[in-house]
Amino acid sequence: MTLLYSEVEEELRAAVRDLLADRYPPATVLARAESGSPYDAALWKSLARDIGAAGLLIPERYGGAGASAREAAVVLEELGRAVTPVPFLTSSVMATRALLAARSDAAEELLTSLASGDATAALAVSFATSPYRVPAGPVQAGPGGLSGRVTAVVGAETADVLLVPAGRELYAVAAADVLVEPVVSLDLTRPIATVTLDGVPATPLSADLTALRAALELGAGLLASEQLGVAEWCLSTTVAYVKERHQFARPIGSFQALKHRLADLWTQIVQARAAARNAADALAAAMRREAGADGTGTDGAGTDGAGTDGAGTDGAGTDGRGADDAATAVAVAQAWCGTVAVRAAEECVQMHGGLGMTWEHPVHLYLKRAKADEIALGTPGDHRDALAVLADVPAPSGP
Amino acid sequence: MTVDEAGLAERARAFLAGHAPEVLSPAEFLGARFDAGLSWVHFPEGLGGLGLPREWQSVVDREFTGTPQQDYGKLAIGLGMAAPTILAFGTDEQKKRFLRPLWTGEEIWCQLFSEPGAGSDLATLATRAVRDGDEWVVDGQKVWTSGAHHARWAILVARTDPDVPKHQGLTYFVCDMRAPGVDVRPLRQITGEAEFNEVFLTGVRLPDTLRLGAVGEGWRVAQTTLMNERVAIGGSPVRRGGGMMGAVLETWRARPEVRTHALHQRLLGLWVEAEVTRLAGARLREQLAAGAPGPEGSGMKLAFARLNQELSGLDVEMRREEGLAYDDWTFRRSESVDFFGRGPGYRYLRAKGNSIEGGTSEILRTIIAERVLGLPAEPRADKNVPWKDLPR
Repeated sequence: MTLLYSEVEEELRAAVRDLLADRYPPATVLARAESGSPYDAALWKSLARDIGAAGLLIPERYGGAGASAREAAVVLEELGRAVTPVPFLTSSVMATRALLAARSDAAEELLTSLASGDATAALAVSFATSPYRVPAGPVQAGPGGLSGRVTAVVGAETADVLLVPAGRELYAVAAADVLVEPVVSLDLTRPIATVTLDGVPATPLSADLTALRAALELGAGLLASEQLGVAEWCLSTTVAYVKERHQFARPIGSFQALKHRLADLWTQIVQARAAARNAADALAAAMRREAGADGTGTDGAGTDGAGTDGAGTDGAGTDGRGADDAATAVAVAQAWCGTVAVRAAEECVQMHGGLGMTWEHPVHLYLKRAKADEIALGTPGDHRDALAVLADVPAPSGP
Repeated sequence: MTVDEAGLAERARAFLAGHAPEVLSPAEFLGARFDAGLSWVHFPEGLGGLGLPREWQSVVDREFTGTPQQDYGKLAIGLGMAAPTILAFGTDEQKKRFLRPLWTGEEIWCQLFSEPGAGSDLATLATRAVRDGDEWVVDGQKVWTSGAHHARWAILVARTDPDVPKHQGLTYFVCDMRAPGVDVRPLRQITGEAEFNEVFLTGVRLPDTLRLGAVGEGWRVAQTTLMNERVAIGGSPVRRGGGMMGAVLETWRARPEVRTHALHQRLLGLWVEAEVTRLAGARLREQLAAGAPGPEGSGMKLAFARLNQELSGLDVEMRREEGLAYDDWTFRRSESVDFFGRGPGYRYLRAKGNSIEGGTSEILRTIIAERVLGLPAEPRADKNVPWKDLPR
């Protein structure tokens, strides 16, 4: 394993960053958010097709790139850095992971359509769902199809297909058959919606919710990389501002009261980067093992690294990528990065003074994204609670 | 010589086959390891290394797991600070003379940097070194000198020119701790014991051959030492759930009666912080293996100090009645520096030093702000003023 970025990952990052700098500066993001329809179909096409982001996690035999969670994480860092409203996390990461884990013909067919970026899919579950408590969904399967109402769904407005848990099974339904109602959202660049199904025809994808749990875990683990990108933008924007802004005939960045807070934030972001990279690497190893184990993998399956990945680099020898390792790495990354992104955005607002409170300055887009991300896929507290078991730090018994 | 990584591992195994640790004393074993170039593989041949890439050290360390190692608590200053400084700035004679016994533990080193009047502002130090023919005569007082009572040698920074601004008038020396005029006095600390010392230097004569680097270059040489010190304090590898966390978890798991919900929430938060710090340290070591130590080590030291203090404080608190007792206030000189040993009360008190030694957390934040983030410096009253004219 390595916690650094490979050359291929740096090239991918550069391609995404160039595209976003060129096509989606903060003023454009804000203008689109105000329009009530933040998603930009043309931008998604460039990202999904030209850069190939849509099919990153999809094996080559379904038309994808056969890359790993490490590469997807790098894309998310850049999308976080630009708070880009595209369905990458919802479709190319989470829905894709559910379909990969479902292993049915129907799922494979859908993967092929997602790989090109022509279609997108979304999970019809609340974005606040943590991987640890996957609820029996609010949707029921009856003779007339699926019925029910799911709140706080992300990525549904643009999705062609919704992946719906009903009872203990996972189904696919056409988005055209359901009612998607946008909700006024805290996060302007990733709004939530209410999805209502009323006797909708559905295709069964999988007979249990393992696939859903895998999707939530991958989503949570890679959301840490998005949070890292958000935090990095906030830090670098703040540092640039305090160097320029003068009060008391000095740049305000020369005051120790601000310098020390920014130094602490930098240290926390250094830790966040290590945690996010570790989660991505652990998830990549877990998915590689899974693909190798059922013999369907063609991408890297021959060199399944189970048990050998971590032996080489860290002298402490504790980074072997075992079965529980991904779960721990995800919980650690989420418990840390969610908080750091919020803190970075809050410091960014504060150190911009009055300017930070204006609608015109883009920092509010980052604050809103950071705060929503903190809740998404489990709060930092949910992930710490999970570690009580994963890391054997037992809770007190009794009340 | 050309060696690849496999060849290096082979070389280490061949050495171990020919040098059974059971029949050699630890010093003999370590000496033979030095002579075979397997101490620091990136050091030159003949000086404990093989001139190989720094990142290959892990290959050797893996092969030598379970063989005699140095007592790091006693030798940290020699191994972590003096050795890289001597390698970077020493003459060939100095490298030949000092590195081998430093590695084997036969000669212990200490650090004569801080003074009563020069802590965070180290460059304002007042210990004078005056040239007298081929010798220097040193007068002054140093403080917070760990292990001076064991040390054979010290790394010393002294003022050789008071008429220039403070950073320019310093020179770096190796100080002979057995020279007449070196007086080591134990300094009792809040833990009750004396791990540190005051060192009084009165007319100490050092030959010019003990100077490290050029006259007036002392600040630059000291930066190499301090950069390595911060990596040594904050950047050493720990197991997941090891270090101070290990001591707390042991009690937490074994004694359900100490557990409360409030402590549980704090402990989980600290477990996460310890883990992200461990990962950041591992990532930093990967970067270092690929390049050189930069100011990033300062961030690790900051995090390490905070964690140790929080965890050791929680440890005392969760023990309640037991936390009201202390193991031993006897005034004695400690054998080595130990952050994690003794009882929880000792660990709590000793950890207070973690945010002071090797650069206070406040100084480290300033270093990060200015050298990593590029923020403007504070207005300063001491720039371009001769040292002798500074208010003191």
